[in-house]
Amino acid sequence: MKILVPVKRVIDYNVKPRVKADGTGVDLANVKMSMNPFDEIAVEEAIRLKEKGVATEIVAVSVGPAKAQETLRTALAMGADRAILVQTDDEVEPLAVAKILKAIADEETPGLVILGKQAIDDDSNQTGQMLAALTGRPQGTFASEVTVDGDSVTVKREVDGGLETVKLTMPAIVTTDLRLNEPRYASLPNIMKAKSKPLANKTPADYGVDIAPRLKTLKVSEPPVRQAGVKVPDVDTLVAKIKELGIA
Amino acid sequence: MKTLVWVEHDNASVKDATLAAVTAASQLGEVHLLVAGEGCAAVADEAAKIAGVGKVHLADDAAYGHGLAENVAPLIADLMGSHDAFVAPATTTGKNVAPRVAALLDVMQISDILSVEGDKTFTRPIYAGNAIATVESSDAKLVITVRGTAFAKAEATGGSATVEAVSGPGDAGISSYVGSEIAKSERPELTSAKIIVSGGRALKDSETFQQYIFPLADKLGAAVGASRAAVDAGYVPNDYQVGQTGKIVAPEVYIAIGISGAIQHLAGMKDSKTIIAINKDEDAPIFQVADLGLVADLFNAVPELTEKV
Repeated sequence: MKILVPVKRVIDYNVKPRVKADGTGVDLANVKMSMNPFDEIAVEEAIRLKEKGVATEIVAVSVGPAKAQETLRTALAMGADRAILVQTDDEVEPLAVAKILKAIADEETPGLVILGKQAIDDDSNQTGQMLAALTGRPQGTFASEVTVDGDSVTVKREVDGGLETVKLTMPAIVTTDLRLNEPRYASLPNIMKAKSKPLANKTPADYGVDIAPRLKTLKVSEPPVRQAGVKVPDVDTLVAKIKELGIA
Repeated sequence: MKTLVWVEHDNASVKDATLAAVTAASQLGEVHLLVAGEGCAAVADEAAKIAGVGKVHLADDAAYGHGLAENVAPLIADLMGSHDAFVAPATTTGKNVAPRVAALLDVMQISDILSVEGDKTFTRPIYAGNAIATVESSDAKLVITVRGTAFAKAEATGGSATVEAVSGPGDAGISSYVGSEIAKSERPELTSAKIIVSGGRALKDSETFQQYIFPLADKLGAAVGASRAAVDAGYVPNDYQVGQTGKIVAPEVYIAIGISGAIQHLAGMKDSKTIIAINKDEDAPIFQVADLGLVADLFNAVPELTEKV
């Protein structure tokens, strides 16, 4: 079975984003970029399934600018077998990404597509579900455990209030939650080896997908700033203040 | 505009998150509700009493029993023939189903809205709440998820909508529900609690978490939350997690104990009315958002606080 793993190049999660003064977006010039943390978990899960003998090949895919190659090389260094870059400098919305992924899934016919549950830049949490809808396949979102058994996959999902388990007929779409696994670091020899693994260069037009945005961003602004508070010297003062709030 | 609102329920009653979604939907136009499930007629009757609701669609079928997206999304897509917008609360259920509906309708979803600015214009947080985007949709139909803490809750009583049975395509036959493990808690639910006492990695382990955080929460009648660090370290189950990747809360009072205040945590609680922080590191980022801060060792301060409040 082949596994397809879409990955996204995003602002590093440790960086505090700055809104541009003209309100057109977030300033990404000279900002450290990395693989979306949920996608690292997706790559790791695919590799673990390969190590268990469940998967035979892992194909990493990214839709984005030329620099998204670096993100794909990271996936290759972790253990993916080959990569596809669908190159575009335009902003691509989840719906368009899902359409591109559908076209790739039609070509590659993976048993599983494992995505991160959301990207930490647009915080949409849509692509996996949309891909599942477009391909007519079942979805196991917010997965914290994935078990493949013959032609079905059992997914333990993180839901409000606890965990839920569903059984899906393969091929299926899975999106990862944080506790699915702890992604490995790519070792130096593997980073070197990744440089010679195949990376195909494509464009959205190759898949016949129109990536024109459906949503227009009118403005990006800073969130309201909280007023600075006060530090209290001891518990007694804190208790007095809490009592003023009327909660105790 | 006719909007269809997804009713989140547990087969017994309507969940609070639905009421905030109804408020958001009412800013767009006429509100219809969808109650989908198995044996959920009582929920539909309760939903019909929500103020401002025009009609309740009830889809009672074994296929919809556990809200499986594969079965529910085509039902909603069918109903969208006669509605202009689909609105769901941004709960795990809403987030699971709504994008599947959007793709079936070939429209982009607008996730986690904070406000309705116009018929097709909304604000939503991006970059873990570090920026707010105003977006305008060019799609014919809207699919929206609503951040519960950003809208007032609609009145749960006072309405008298009619309940109409609907049916959909039924079981797609590609997924099934196996079971669930729901964490038991006698405390208020995290997302709707007025007061939250939340603990972080500094609590050291699961026993100290229970020993220091729970008594204070119980004395205040508060829900218990946790940072991702505390959850990852196994102090409490993951449904306690407050943050970008956990639950988004906005209680009257949020008490953060032993939490440094990472971006990912702040994204989940910085809209709380009053934030109180107890941390022994006076430079912890949590103090930049806290209304009241106490620099102290939590192992001394929390028991004293519990005793005195």
